[in-house]
Amino acid sequence: MGYYYAYLAGISASVLTAVGLYLLLTGSGEAFNVGLLLQTVSPYSWALVGIALCIGLSVTGAAWRDQEATQLVTFRGLACMELRSLHVDTNQPAVKTPRIQSRNLISIIFCEVVAIYGVIMAIVYSAKLNDVAPDMLYSASNMFTGHALFWGGLTVGLCNLFCGVCVGITGSSAALADAQDSQLFVKVLVVEIFGSVLGLFGLIVGLLAVSLDSILRVYVVCNPLADKKNSLSFPDWQSTRLPMKTSLY
Amino acid sequence: MASAAVWNADNGFVDGILRGYKSGILNSSHYLNLTQCETVEGMKYISSAGGADLNENVRLQLSATDYGNFLQNEPSPISTSTISEKLTQRLVAEFDFLRTQAVQPLAKFLDYITYSYMIDNVVLLITGTLHERDTHELLDRCHPLGVFDTMPALCVATTVSELYNTVLIETPLAPYFANCLSAQDLDELNIEIIRNTLYKAYLEDFYDFCQKIGGPTAEIMGDILQFEADRRTINITINSFGTELPKEDRKKLYPNIGRLFPEGNAALATADDIDQVKSACEVFSEYLIFFDQAVGESTMEDKFFAHEVFLNRLAWQQQFHFGTFYAYVKLKEQEIRNIVWISECISQNQKDRISSYISIF
Repeated sequence: MGYYYAYLAGISASVLTAVGLYLLLTGSGEAFNVGLLLQTVSPYSWALVGIALCIGLSVTGAAWRDQEATQLVTFRGLACMELRSLHVDTNQPAVKTPRIQSRNLISIIFCEVVAIYGVIMAIVYSAKLNDVAPDMLYSASNMFTGHALFWGGLTVGLCNLFCGVCVGITGSSAALADAQDSQLFVKVLVVEIFGSVLGLFGLIVGLLAVSLDSILRVYVVCNPLADKKNSLSFPDWQSTRLPMKTSLY
Repeated sequence: MASAAVWNADNGFVDGILRGYKSGILNSSHYLNLTQCETVEGMKYISSAGGADLNENVRLQLSATDYGNFLQNEPSPISTSTISEKLTQRLVAEFDFLRTQAVQPLAKFLDYITYSYMIDNVVLLITGTLHERDTHELLDRCHPLGVFDTMPALCVATTVSELYNTVLIETPLAPYFANCLSAQDLDELNIEIIRNTLYKAYLEDFYDFCQKIGGPTAEIMGDILQFEADRRTINITINSFGTELPKEDRKKLYPNIGRLFPEGNAALATADDIDQVKSACEVFSEYLIFFDQAVGESTMEDKFFAHEVFLNRLAWQQQFHFGTFYAYVKLKEQEIRNIVWISECISQNQKDRISSYISIF
């Protein structure tokens, strides 16, 4: 298993080096152009991928947490069991601490909140999508909206994913601690709440990211030239670049 | 961290069960109740009725705890060996349940725990055969955790290579035997050498396995196994005083892990008396206490056990590692020793020595 990562890293490093050298030495180094990628991908793509990441990663986080938490509640709670009478007549396993199962539903609810954050943000983001005429598609404000939705969605999604993992681990510890000593429940729950706040941070930052969009709109409305000037319409941009490239040869 | 994120998918259930078992380990107040017993009879109920009448017997006290009524069906003059046997059976039943629920690499880890009992059983059978004991009697005395299918066949072997080729080659112990095939005839000293060579190979293998798992498992099991190795090193050294075992051979029996390795082991290899052993170990302040004769009447062995219990108790301070499984088996073993000690003291009327058990929690 350890070698697997080494192989993977080695192979990708050599492939990247080979491709990079090929591009560089054949004079087509400009083909590797991050700026071009960022500017020519449709804002719709950015926005929709962002929304998909937002809801997808959030749900993954919630599921991850559920994976931990259901274990807790079903197995720890329901089945912190003890084979009480293994070699006596009755062979029925007994649940050792049934009391923890209802209490630890709280940690399950925490993780559902994470999924709900994702859904809410996906709805807020999808409200930003509008029908735009093809020639207006690559305007600065549209590009901004597209990128804002993409990176906002990624922020929310990753925050919720890690929030889910974090709450999952602490929730698992909470159930264990509760099973051993019921006084510990509230104390560990506080730790868990702090973990679940991480998702809220992502939500806030995600909302801020798209609300900048309206600030930009105000700027464009106040300076009608701004949008025109910054317009990065793809065909124009490429035509201005082509002569430069041919002049190299 | 990675192990924590995916821990519960594989090990959550088994871990939950284990923690449930763990809360059933007798605590100091249970022991206090046990030591107040007048007869072993009462011990049967120790496990069931918390605030049992102090005049009750040990049976009664045990039934107040998690052990429940496990001694209920035993005929009334209850012997210490019955209690010990029943307690061990219970531990084995719990362990088997965990083992069947476990997935890799935990399953392999649990198997490793049983290997040490297998080694003990192999040595017990060989020794018994040497002294021409009855095979069935020997098989009954084997620890049930270390039972394997071909075990009865061990009783017919007369040389080491025969032992290896006919029986042990199919057991997980086979790789450990590689180093002791040179010994030709089975006599008292050779068996002891075989036992220690096997145990050395086992400890090193188990240690490597735990280090490969990494994370908290490596850390906690590292501490426990290193102490185990040191304990064996010290024991081998002290037990070899006054025997015909040459010093070079003695050195070969020391496990190549542990905190004493390598400087301490080198010093111990040349030691001639207990003072030299002590000076080799006093680098570690935790180990000094083992040689302190003044503290109480407890023997060196008891102090080793106490330190082992301490290390195993530490394993419960962390989550998401396999060390708890090892610690549970070892703590439960200590508990069995404690209960047996207490009931021995009661049945032999040695109440003044009853308190030298090692309280676990």
